[in-house]
Amino acid sequence: MKVTANYSAGRLTIHLSGELDHHSAREGLGEIDQLLDEYMPRDAVLDMSGLTFMDSAGLALILKTERRMRRSGGRAAIANPARQPSRVLEASGIERKIPVIGGSRT
Amino acid sequence: MTADNYIKLDFPSRSVNEGFARAAAAAFAAQLDPTMEELGDIKTAVSEAVTNCIVHAYPDTLGKITMRLRIIGGDTLEISVKDTGRGIEDVAQAREPLFTTGGEERSGMGFTIMESFMDKLTVRSKPGRGTTVTMRRTIERRPRR
Ligand SMILES: Nc1ncnc2c1ncn2[C@@H]1O[C@H](COP(=O)(O)OP(=O)(O)O)[C@@H](O)[C@H]1O
Ligand SMILES: [Mg+2]
Repeated sequence: MKVTANYSAGRLTIHLSGELDHHSAREGLGEIDQLLDEYMPRDAVLDMSGLTFMDSAGLALILKTERRMRRSGGRAAIANPARQPSRVLEASGIERKIPVIGGSRT
Repeated sequence: MTADNYIKLDFPSRSVNEGFARAAAAAFAAQLDPTMEELGDIKTAVSEAVTNCIVHAYPDTLGKITMRLRIIGGDTLEISVKDTGRGIEDVAQAREPLFTTGGEERSGMGFTIMESFMDKLTVRSKPGRGTTVTMRRTIERRPRR
């Protein structure tokens, strides 16, 4: 998985691309933590449009990011998940905890 | 009629093999002419089962994982993932949504995802002996274009 970001007006958009599984999640989480330390955004958006695969390791990464944002008084959201990641998000019911914007839904 | 077919793969519990196992399962499943969505479901379920062996069955050692794939009745894929690791004390509890012994890096949603993406999931486990997860998914035949 690759992690890149842009920052504008309090919002950090974190672009995830490639495959997000247990193998790639630890490094990905470290990179996200570093980006949040550096920018201290009010809003963090996990843009999943480049993610070709995600399993439950992605859910843990999302929940950890959401918790961290909430503790610092900010918010997190997910944007543009493709079909396969969307099905994992739907099966988990995670949408009750974090908004999902755009993407491929049923 | 698709003739019944099978493969068996043995590999060590290295996390780099998570991606290999789901790619191998998708390549084997391709003979059933699945949709992209069905392929995605199969890859996801395999990823969950194999990751569980790597994370939970062999927490501090490398052990052997055996993945078997089999076509039954021309339209059903059976996947079994076996380890000889730590085993599960209480399988019913382990299968509950959000139950995890893994802390913050786990979601406790692995079995829930396997269950919702496959038609059938069975888990056999013995503490200290290991775990075998068997899943089935029927791929509907589609008219050939
Ligand atoms: N192959 C296995 N060997 C030993 N324990 C397992 C195995 N698979 C699952 N478990 C146990 O079942 C629990 C639930 O698994 P799962 O639903 O995949 O959630 P997670 O992997 O996020 O913990 C795990 O936390 C672990 O205690
Ligand atoms: Mg799991």
